[in-house]
Amino acid sequence: MITISSLSMRFGRCFAVRDVSAQIDAGDSLALWGVNGAGKTTLIRCVLGLLRFRGGVSVCGHDVLRDGKAARRLLGYVPQELGFYDEMGVGEAIGFFARLNGLRGTEPAASLRLVGLDGQHTKRVRELSGGMKQRLALALALLGDPPILILDEVTASLDAVGREEFIGMLKGLSCSGRTLLFASHRLEEVAALARRVAVMERGRVIETVDTQAFVAARATEMRGGAVLHLTVPASSREAAVRSLRELGFAARLNGLGLLVPVPPERKAVPFRVLADARIPVEDFDLVDAAEAASLAAQAKENVP
Amino acid sequence: MTALPSGLQADVAALRAPGFVSNVRTLAGRELRDAVKSRWFVLYTIAFAVLGLAVSFVSAAGTGGLGLAGYGRTTAGLVNLVLLVVPLMALTAGAASIASDRERGMLAFLLAQPVSRTEVLLGKYLGLASALLACIALGLGLCALILAWQGATANPAGIVWLAGLSVLLALAMLSVGMLVSVLARRASVAVGTAIFVWLTLVFVTDLALMAGVVALRLRITELLALSLLNPLQVFKMWSLLAVDASLDVLGPAGLYATEEFGTWLHPLLGACIVPWIVLPLAVAALVLSRRSPL
Repeated sequence: MITISSLSMRFGRCFAVRDVSAQIDAGDSLALWGVNGAGKTTLIRCVLGLLRFRGGVSVCGHDVLRDGKAARRLLGYVPQELGFYDEMGVGEAIGFFARLNGLRGTEPAASLRLVGLDGQHTKRVRELSGGMKQRLALALALLGDPPILILDEVTASLDAVGREEFIGMLKGLSCSGRTLLFASHRLEEVAALARRVAVMERGRVIETVDTQAFVAARATEMRGGAVLHLTVPASSREAAVRSLRELGFAARLNGLGLLVPVPPERKAVPFRVLADARIPVEDFDLVDAAEAASLAAQAKENVP
Repeated sequence: MTALPSGLQADVAALRAPGFVSNVRTLAGRELRDAVKSRWFVLYTIAFAVLGLAVSFVSAAGTGGLGLAGYGRTTAGLVNLVLLVVPLMALTAGAASIASDRERGMLAFLLAQPVSRTEVLLGKYLGLASALLACIALGLGLCALILAWQGATANPAGIVWLAGLSVLLALAMLSVGMLVSVLARRASVAVGTAIFVWLTLVFVTDLALMAGVVALRLRITELLALSLLNPLQVFKMWSLLAVDASLDVLGPAGLYATEEFGTWLHPLLGACIVPWIVLPLAVAALVLSRRSPL
């Protein structure tokens, strides 16, 4: 369905994606995994034809640069955060994008119903919570029933409950035969949705492995410890990473938050460090080795 | 490879991107609705209508009478108002369009849909052009209605000409605004640049021409040629020509133009303003097609 051949893309002299090739077949689900700046989002934007690149990307035989409209008709895209016309009503928004997809009649309402937004027609987009905005983005992506969904860290701005619900919805779509290409930095998301994982580092795909093996390897890497996902205010992210690194944590930015590997006996220390630095923690979750091992078992179900 | 379910495979074959005209119409409709609902449109329209009525009264005062003058004199008075308000309105509206969508991430999301960049640009252009057309029609229409109600009968075609030429000027300035919008990374920079362009076209080029005449002793042909490079000057000449059938009021350059080109002056002025509509929009389409929307 999607063929990526020798794709390279650079901003100025710096390669954001370098010589990436991949084949994503019908019904497949490929996760792009990597730290911030690894090239996941840039690769997704190239697949959508939003950025110019060297190499080739075709969707069901349609070249995304030369025949972009036809290619994008087969793709539904959900971004990390929906930057939307805030004053637009939900019904108005879905109607507008439905017309752009050549749809009329009851399909927009059906799309809203599918993501649990029926009854929200009259609400303005700015009145929606973060989770509901992401549902709206998914409803827009599903207009016209595209066979491929492209998701760019779609749960990064959601809280734990919203994330679980959203992943459940995506799992249902994946099971219905849709092809998924998505960027993620959350192990539970990858374990729930992906059949294969492409690990990206500095713009390159360094390995593509099946999900179970990938998650199992992460569990082993933890050596009984855990990985802490922390959400802090955007303006404090860099300072938070610095404070944690000074205390010996290999903290790094990821998505909209921080990723902090923690040994078993120091799980609470990062909270104290950030409190001392007067950086509020807005949300957190923790994946420990035991959970990672159970996710690995769960990932086995992704392959039919 | 896993095969798609048979129902979904049938759908893939059936999925076709909507046509160019359909997408442009959808995007233009969206832009028009947004513009009409926006504060800038309402404020500009009210200001334009109120100032138009004020100009009508001032024109009448010049004749020594009280009340509203005939169409011809009022139209001549409205030319200066249009020269100031319409370019500012069109330039800022055009400049804000693409740049603000880019800033909030909406442009990338829009371009991830089955639409082409040309469709997005043209849709936005036509939507804003329709909003400007409505604003001009409302402002000048109100003046014309009041004049008619007051019993003015002299040269009613003048105000129709003025409305038509105002639309042409608006289209040209909107085109320049869209180009600024495509080039600028941020909406504030785009709007700032648009205001700078407006100031340059309205004041600086006039002053530069005057300075040129004095300092460089420009010949009348050179002065006319340089004037015709400015779409605002073209609009002024064409409007006055349509209202008064002469350009005497513009001095030697106006007299020279009337004598030299005679009946060819209308097509000449048209040929000077049309490139301002087409070229900036074409360059904007080219830049947008090559540049990242992010």
